[in-house]
Amino acid sequence: MTLSDELQAATPAKLAIEDVSKVFRTNRGTVHALDKVSLQIGEGDFVCLVGPSGCGKSTLLNIIAGLEQPDSGQTLMDGKEIAEPGRDRMVMFQESALFPWLDVLGNVLFGLKLKPNLNSNERKEVARFYLKLVGLEKFTRANVHELSGGMKQRVALARALAPNPRVLLMDEPFAALDALTREQLYGDIQKIWAERKKTIVFVTHNVREAVCLGNRVVLFSPHPGRIREEFEIDLPRPRDINSVELAGYATRITRALKGYVHAQEAE
Amino acid sequence: MKRFFSSVLFFIALVVAWHFVAAAKVNPVMVPDPLAVWDYIKESTLDGTLPQATWVTLRRLLTGYFMGIAVGLPLGMLVARFKLMEDTVGVLALGLQTLPSVCWVPLALIGFGQTEAAMLFVVVMGTVWSVIIATDNGVRNVPPIYARAARTMGAGPFYTLTHVTLPASAPFIVSGMKQGWAFAWRSLMAAEIFVTILTGFGLGQLLDYGRNLHAMDQVIGVMLIIVVIGLLADKILFSPWERLLHRRWGTGKV
Repeated sequence: MTLSDELQAATPAKLAIEDVSKVFRTNRGTVHALDKVSLQIGEGDFVCLVGPSGCGKSTLLNIIAGLEQPDSGQTLMDGKEIAEPGRDRMVMFQESALFPWLDVLGNVLFGLKLKPNLNSNERKEVARFYLKLVGLEKFTRANVHELSGGMKQRVALARALAPNPRVLLMDEPFAALDALTREQLYGDIQKIWAERKKTIVFVTHNVREAVCLGNRVVLFSPHPGRIREEFEIDLPRPRDINSVELAGYATRITRALKGYVHAQEAE
Repeated sequence: MKRFFSSVLFFIALVVAWHFVAAAKVNPVMVPDPLAVWDYIKESTLDGTLPQATWVTLRRLLTGYFMGIAVGLPLGMLVARFKLMEDTVGVLALGLQTLPSVCWVPLALIGFGQTEAAMLFVVVMGTVWSVIIATDNGVRNVPPIYARAARTMGAGPFYTLTHVTLPASAPFIVSGMKQGWAFAWRSLMAAEIFVTILTGFGLGQLLDYGRNLHAMDQVIGVMLIIVVIGLLADKILFSPWERLLHRRWGTGKV
């Protein structure tokens, strides 16, 4: 494989989640994180999973990542069952999970080092390419603690993109950032999604964020975690989180979400 | 540079003060003049006694110390990883670490006789327990998210251990190695003062001879060498690591 092949975006994959259930047993009792959840995600789709905490949306993301196994049901990528983590599905976590003992370049290189067919110069070239894509080409030699929260998440994004995955899984990656930084990253993510053609599954509890980013917004309710409703977001891109149309969608979805939560509390 | 000069000034002042105390001849046996100590160091360096003893001591120390680390590091990781190891070796390490390492000397002498092996044994015992405990502690303090992130990037269990868990626990491990070094150094000095090992005269033995001869210049001269070795070890062996860790982690600034 040559460098220019490597820098071509990999074809996005389609995901199928079929009747997935997952129960966690702790000393405080059992938690039905997911109860017979099914979801189809097409190639290059951008799907946001929304719901209150404990609704199992992060668990579903971990199952797609291969970090956890479902108790029953199956998750398929292009028809093949997902059994373990793989570089075709990269994850971005809420905390950046960057390694403090490596500098910025070293962090982006970490995933590439485990990839065959690239020599050390090519790996560095690939890493620099993605750091440039997220606008941090001047910070390759910076230490992690010297970066702001937003910059850390940009490095985490570059690190996730570098092995050229077909699916990008994002677990509330912007939850800890300030509003201004977040807005910038909404723009960047939409741009990268359009350019690099990834299938993206994005977990959040922020409805406006979901509407701003997703083609589809999937609503979860907790105890047990179930999918309640799906919304197609038919807005032109790039979307501005402060636009009136977007706020309209968000209001409708929030109302629906409250309805499910209240109905559940009344039970 | 300014800090270097204040250090130098301080020590010059200390030596001058020492000289005046000695010149007052309050107790000429207890307080030799700094020049007499300097003469001892010079002469015994020229006739080879001091370099020879330093070499013998350092050889024992370094061999034992690195053996202790080679055993302690993997054991510490196993203790952190497996419940069975935690309940057995972990408890043992915790218990034996509280034992002052000089307490190993009588056992070593009975077991190995007056040999190099006895000296090595004492140094290894001084090192290994604190390295086990520091490694265990370090591994337990690694945020689990690092290993998860590494797994998604295609890292297997062994690669995660060597490339994530180990570097992530480096701050703990380095301070454990530093503590191990201090324990090993102290226990070796005690052992060398305690017993004469016929295969080599170390600094501790030279110190003890000084006492037997009532040669205070020799006693203080050897003590000075021991202090200098300790300082150098800290500056050469540990400071570069600590600086690197501080730079990466953004710690160490008050």
